[in-house]
Formats: sequence, structure tokens, C-alpha cells
Amino acid sequence: MKRQGFSRRGILKGSTALALGGVFASVARAEAPPAVAITPGLIEAARREAKVVFYSSMDLPVGEKLGKAFEAQYPGVAVQIERSGSERLFQRVAQEFASNIHAADVINSSDASHFIPWKKSGWLAPFVSDDIAKYFPAEYRDPDGMFATTRIWLSSIAYNTNLVKPEDAPRSFADLLDPRWAGKMVKGHPAYSGTIMTATFQMVRELGWEYFEKLARQRVMQVQSSTDPPKKLSLGERAVMADGNEYGVVLLKEAGQPVEPVYPTEGTPTISGPSGIFASAPHPNAARLFQAWLHTRETQQFFIDFTAQYSVHVQVKSKPGRRKISDIKLMKEDAAGVEQMADEIKTRYARLFRV
Amino acid sequence: MSTTTIDGTRGRIDWTKPVLWLFAASLIVLILMPLSWLAIYSVTDKSNHLTLSNFVKLFTDPDFLDPLVTTAIIAITSAAICCAVAAPMGWLVSRTDMPGRQFIRALVTASFVTPPFLGAVAWELLAAPNSGLLNQLFRFVSGAEADEHLFNIYSLGGIIFVISCYTFPFVFVLVANALDNMPGELEDASAILGGRAWTTARRVTIPLALPALIAGALIAFLQAMTLFGSPAILALPAGFHTMTTKIWSLFQYPPKLELAAAAAVPLLILTIILLQAQKFILGRRGYSVVGGKYGASRRVEMKKWRWAALAFCLVVLLNPVFLPYFALLNAAFSPNATTLVTPSTMTLHNVVFVFTELSSTQLALKNTVILGTATATIGTVLALVISYVTTRRVVTGSRVLGFLATAPVAVPGIVLGVGLFLSYTRPPFVLYGTLWILLVAFLTINLPSAYQQLQAAFATIHPELEDASRILGATRLQSLRQITAPLLRTGVIATWCFIFIGVMRELSAAIVLFTSQTKVISVLIYDLNESGDLAAISVLGIAMLVITFTVVLAVNRIPMFGANAGARLRN
Repeated sequence: MKRQGFSRRGILKGSTALALGGVFASVARAEAPPAVAITPGLIEAARREAKVVFYSSMDLPVGEKLGKAFEAQYPGVAVQIERSGSERLFQRVAQEFASNIHAADVINSSDASHFIPWKKSGWLAPFVSDDIAKYFPAEYRDPDGMFATTRIWLSSIAYNTNLVKPEDAPRSFADLLDPRWAGKMVKGHPAYSGTIMTATFQMVRELGWEYFEKLARQRVMQVQSSTDPPKKLSLGERAVMADGNEYGVVLLKEAGQPVEPVYPTEGTPTISGPSGIFASAPHPNAARLFQAWLHTRETQQFFIDFTAQYSVHVQVKSKPGRRKISDIKLMKEDAAGVEQMADEIKTRYARLFRV
Repeated sequence: MSTTTIDGTRGRIDWTKPVLWLFAASLIVLILMPLSWLAIYSVTDKSNHLTLSNFVKLFTDPDFLDPLVTTAIIAITSAAICCAVAAPMGWLVSRTDMPGRQFIRALVTASFVTPPFLGAVAWELLAAPNSGLLNQLFRFVSGAEADEHLFNIYSLGGIIFVISCYTFPFVFVLVANALDNMPGELEDASAILGGRAWTTARRVTIPLALPALIAGALIAFLQAMTLFGSPAILALPAGFHTMTTKIWSLFQYPPKLELAAAAAVPLLILTIILLQAQKFILGRRGYSVVGGKYGASRRVEMKKWRWAALAFCLVVLLNPVFLPYFALLNAAFSPNATTLVTPSTMTLHNVVFVFTELSSTQLALKNTVILGTATATIGTVLALVISYVTTRRVVTGSRVLGFLATAPVAVPGIVLGVGLFLSYTRPPFVLYGTLWILLVAFLTINLPSAYQQLQAAFATIHPELEDASRILGATRLQSLRQITAPLLRTGVIATWCFIFIGVMRELSAAIVLFTSQTKVISVLIYDLNESGDLAAISVLGIAMLVITFTVVLAVNRIPMFGANAGARLRN
């Protein structure tokens, strides 16, 4: 009988190479493969495969827009996007691989710690594009070339401007514990969403579990994905978003919806979403083309301009009129820390919020 | 066994028995294998040692006890509501001269065709405490504050309400059918002896219909207990788990399949006990109307109450049909899911998004239609053969076959999903990742009702017609094809449609068994709900309903099948 593959914590045991601190900075020294350019040969090979399957937790309208942009640039290669919360995707990849099903080509997770066990299990294929090699800072790419940080975004507070006056709006996470917000908040769930998992880890580190114990008593409306709270906010279903994608709020605000992001005084949880190619990718060339394209200056600029996220590509420019990430007080990322605490977070969170 | 002695086909091999044994064997594999794996997993730990610790955890850990209690409350309350609503409606439609009776039956069918998860999303649009259309209307009319609301769908009461909306058709059909078949003479006798309409109803009609009503209550209880779709949408925001959502959450990483299997066992046992109870009650009902039909029953004259009765039915049907369909249509064409569409704000953006940008739409539509058609076709054939064998007692042990075909009714969808996942992710049958595992799941889930429908149809055809054909030299298969099949057309069509609708409604097993390449619409809708894309759900949901109605109507129009099936389905 085949039982569960690896456990996240089990894999980490004995691995001392993972230091806390920088995102992937100190993973064991090794050789990354030589950088690859997008050549007519690669495009032709991708076209013969005709398809690329992209597992991602990106907000669906944003993700599909990205897919259409790729299809427009490389006609003949269709992008199939499999959107779900990153924690669900992580579970599904494990379940599918255990059953020897290899449908995914490229994966973009909003829980960077997922790449640690995937890499350890040898599930990822090394691939470094020209842009990744030249323009991505070392701490945002794997030294072995297994993945690179495709996008960075925040999990912030936000409020509905029809329901809350700016002067009354919460300014910090501590403000959310005020009884006036009881029954008026919505938040995502760390067992479904990688963004919320990462954010919860950072907030537990900075604010302690006491914060969540108190928040749980505020009768928070619980949804799954971090892409949902901004939508519930704009519908007016709840007045305040306790966590969720800041880029969703910014995009809705720019579309004229009554929402306003708040960058809490304690610091805003920061999430980086790396992408990698699976070694078992059924469309390996299309996967390489897609991964290379994803990290070109143009696509990275697209992430900034059209999805209101952030890029580590050194050549991209922030969009005028938007707040610069350097002006925001950020909470520090720690993929290895999340990796270690993920199971505990799921269990304690479920106990506190009863779902 | 008398029919097996007739054999006018000397010298030719009768293939019937090997074929039938093959069916029996595949049925055993189909049903016993997942249940066996479930049983094994529930009593083993991670290192494959025998243990009862899974059950100890289940009945001591508040994480599991709370959902168990919640589920019990939901099931009992929903069953009571369904009966309170469906019984009077069934009586009005079946025994009175209320206007628009066929129309009401058609609307009940429409609520049956609506998947419970889609209904739940529609009710989110209507009765979410702040953004819900009905609450907006309430605030607009009453001038209440921004936080005040009339309804809160994200609550225990809300879930009970939505579940009742899509469970009451089961009770309605049972009650209406029982009343349809009830001899009118008994009521006439009461009337002749001076009983007034109400006395007759109380003394004659209700007692005669009571067994059907109790059977309906049990079915409603089982449906509410095992339903995944509505709680999956509403329970998380409401802040609690039911047993089915809890079982599903055990699939989260790291998956705890042992606990999921153990948690499935109480659902399974309770279902079996209740079905035994139902069998007992239905047996008594058979006794009470012995003597069969006396003739067309007389309808109770409602006089001035006729329109009030119709109004009552329509008000009830607001909840599962009119309001949700309105909310879905509104969201599909609205820039913001819960803002009322006006001609100036109407947009096709959501439709364009779902059909041109959303990359999984086509795949999910294709998979769903393939699975729906294949399951309906194979399921109908399977049910046809089994009901032939059991009604004609062709082989020894035919009763076992009948029992096997009914057994899956005792297995809640999510439980079956877990069992199938455990069975078909290992050799010799590695089906996970293919459409086959979904086909097997949908077949198993829909077999009991298909079998019961066709068995009833077979019972009305006397075997002497087949015997005559066989005496004249036809093999069993020939006489089946030439004599029995044409007589069964209507029943076959109704069964086919029934299974097709069942596949469209199914989420609980599919959510456990799908992969990215084998996604179906129900799962896609669930995923869209996860990220709160309510407008896209509305478009997909409407597309799904259109497909279902189109297929059902088209199949009913196939000339060789006769045209009465629609009426039968409505019953």
C-alpha cells in the first residue's frame, strides 16, 4: 500500500543548509544551468507541443489576461490556467504526483516555501532564462536554477469607502481588534491560500498568536482565497478586509469601486510568488518558453502595469500614480520559516476560527 | 425460475447467462471495492497497524463532534421543513382542482434540475447580509442602517433553508405519486357518508399518504445529511463545518485519509439504518393501497381557495426557482454581481470572460457533456439489464443483484469519492486522472434510482409476451430487443434524463476525484466560488442549466423513443 509521500516537516529535518533570513539566499551552492534565450528553435518546439498547463493561484481575471497575452505573442501555443489556492494546489500536486499523474508544466505558487520540498524531491527542472540570469537579484532566484520569483505582492488591510469614513478607518492590525469592527470583517484562510499562509506566518512572528486569538472573537467572515476578500469588500458585503490581496484592492479602486487599501503601521505582510518548471512537464518546450516569457522585461512590466503587483526585474519601472513598494513598511519574508510552521498554522488557525 | 426452462433455441448458444454473470461481477467490483478500502482505511493507522484510534478521535475531538451535531440539526430541520412544504403542495397538485397544476409540477422539476451548489451561490447573491439583493431591498424600503439585514444566508438557518429548497422536490414527488395512485373511491365513500372536504382529507387522504410522507422525510433527511454542494459554499463564511465539508477538509495537505474514511463510516451506517426503516414503512404502504387503482380519483373542489392555493405554491417556488434564477441572470449581466442591472449598465463582459478568456470553460463543458451522456447511456443499459434479471428472475441470486444495484444509495457522494479515490489510485485499476474514475463514480451514484425506475417499468410488462416470442424461436436477447424494449421506451428515456441531470448536479464525488484535465463544470463553479468570481459562476451556471434543459428536451424528441417521457419525468 502506498501511503503519503513526504511530510513537509520531515523533509526539513536534518537540512541545516536552509538559513533563516533572505528568501532563498543560502540554499546549498550548486551550478545553475547556462542561461537560455528565447530562440526561434524554442518557439518552434513549443508550437509543436501546442499547449502549456500553468498551475497558479493568481486572481483569475489577471491570470487569464496573462495567458491571453502569451497566446497573442506566440500563436499556436494555448495556455491552460489551473487556478486554485496555493495550499490546495500544493495538495493536488502531491496527490497527482503520488498517482503518477503529471499534468502541470509550470507552477507559480503564492507560498514560496512549497518550492523547498518540490526541489528536494527532484520534481523541478533547472531552467534559467537570459532575463533571470541578467536582471534578477540573486536572492530572488534559486542558485540551482530551479525557480525564480515571478511577482511580489502584499496582503494588506482595506476598507469600503461607502461604509467607512477615511478618518474612522483602521490603521493597524491592532485597530482591527476594536469591538466596532466585530462582525464587519472578511479574511482569507491559510489552509486554502498561500498568500494568507505566508501572511499569517509573518503576523504570528510579529504580533504573536494572541493577535489571532483576539481576531477570532471578532466574528470574522471567513472565505478561502486571498483574491476573494477584495471582491467581498467591493460588493459591500463587509466593511473591512483583515487580510487579502492588496493588488486586488488597487485594481478594483482603479476600476472605480469604493475600496481603499490600508498599509498597517506594524508592517504589511509581503509575499513572493516563485515559478518553476516541473521535471515531468508534459510540454517541456512550451514550459520553457512560458517560463522565459514570464520573466522578460515586458511581461514583468505587464505585472506592474496591469495587475498592480511588484517585480524584482531590475529594468522595470513602477507605474506613475501608484504607491511605490519602497514607501511601504514591509514585514520580512521567510520561506524556510513558513515551511517549518505550515502544519502548526493550519491546525491552530482551524481551532481558533473553528473552520 | 420457471422462465429459464423455456428454451426454444435448440443448437444455439444462449449467451444470456455469461453476460448476466459479467454484469453481476462488475457490479460487485464497482460497489464492494471502494467500500472495502474505506473500511480498511478507517481501522488502520499510517503504518498499517490495526487500530480504533481514528474512531476514538472522531467521537472525542470537538473538531469532529461539532460538525456531527451540526449535521444532525441540519438534517432533521431540513427534513421537517421539506415535509411541511412539499406535502400540502403534493396534495394540491394531485388531488385538487387548483389551476396550473402541470405548471407547478414543471417548476418543481426545475428546482430539481438546479444543482444545490448553484442554488447556494444564487442565495449568496440574494441574502448575503450586506450585499444580498433582498437585504438591499429591505434597507431601501425600510430606510434601515447600513449594517441591518433581514436575512443572513451565512448561518445555520441559511444553510438549512438553502438545503430545503433543493431537497423538497424529493418529498414532493413521493407524496404526489402516492396521491396520484390512491383510489378515489375511499374519498368518495367518506364524502357520501357526509364528510366534508377537510374531514375527508384528515380521515382518509392524510392517513393513506402518511407512509409516503414518512418515506419522503427519510429521503430528505438523508439528502440533507450527505449534501456537500450547499454547505461547501455557505458553511465556511458561516464559520462552521458539516460532516461533508469536514471530510473534504481532511484532504487538505497533509491528507488524513484514515480520518476521512473513519468520518465517512457514521454517515454510511446511519444511511443504511434509515433506508431499512424506509423499506419497512414503504412495505406497509404497499399493503394499505392493496387492490390497486379503482379508477380516476375525484378532485377536491377548492372553490374560492383555488387561487389562494396557487399563490401558496408560487410563493414556495419563489425560493428554489424564481428568486435564484433572477439573481443569477442579474449577476451574469451586471458589472457588479449584486447591483441591479439597468439597460445602461448591462454588460456582456462576464459572458465574454467565461467563454473566451476563461481557459478551463471549454474543457469542463466538454468533460461534463461527455460524462453526462456516457453515464446516462451506460447507466440506463446497466439498470435495464439488472431490472430485467430481477423482475424475471433469470439467474439464481438475482435478488442479490438487485440489492447490489440499490446499495450505493446508502453511500453519500463524498464517502463514495473517498472510497473510489482509495480504490483507483493503486494497481490493478489506476483510473485516477482519467474520466473513467468520474464515470465509475457517477454510474455508482445514479444506479439505484435508475434501477428503481426501470424495475417499476418492467413490472408493468407481463412476461407472457416475452415467453410467446421465445416459444416462437427467438433467443432471450432477441425477444428482449424485439418485444420488451419497445414497450419500455418511455421508462428508458426518463431514466436516461434522470441520470444526465444527476451528473450535472454532482459535486461531492467529483471534488475528490478531479484533476486539471478531468475538470467538470460543478468543480469549476466550486473553484470560481473559492476566489469569489460570482458573476462568472452565474454565467456558467446558466449555461449549465441551458445545456441540461436542451439535452432533456432533445432526448424526449427523438421519434423512436416516444414523446411521453417528459410527463413521466415531471412525475
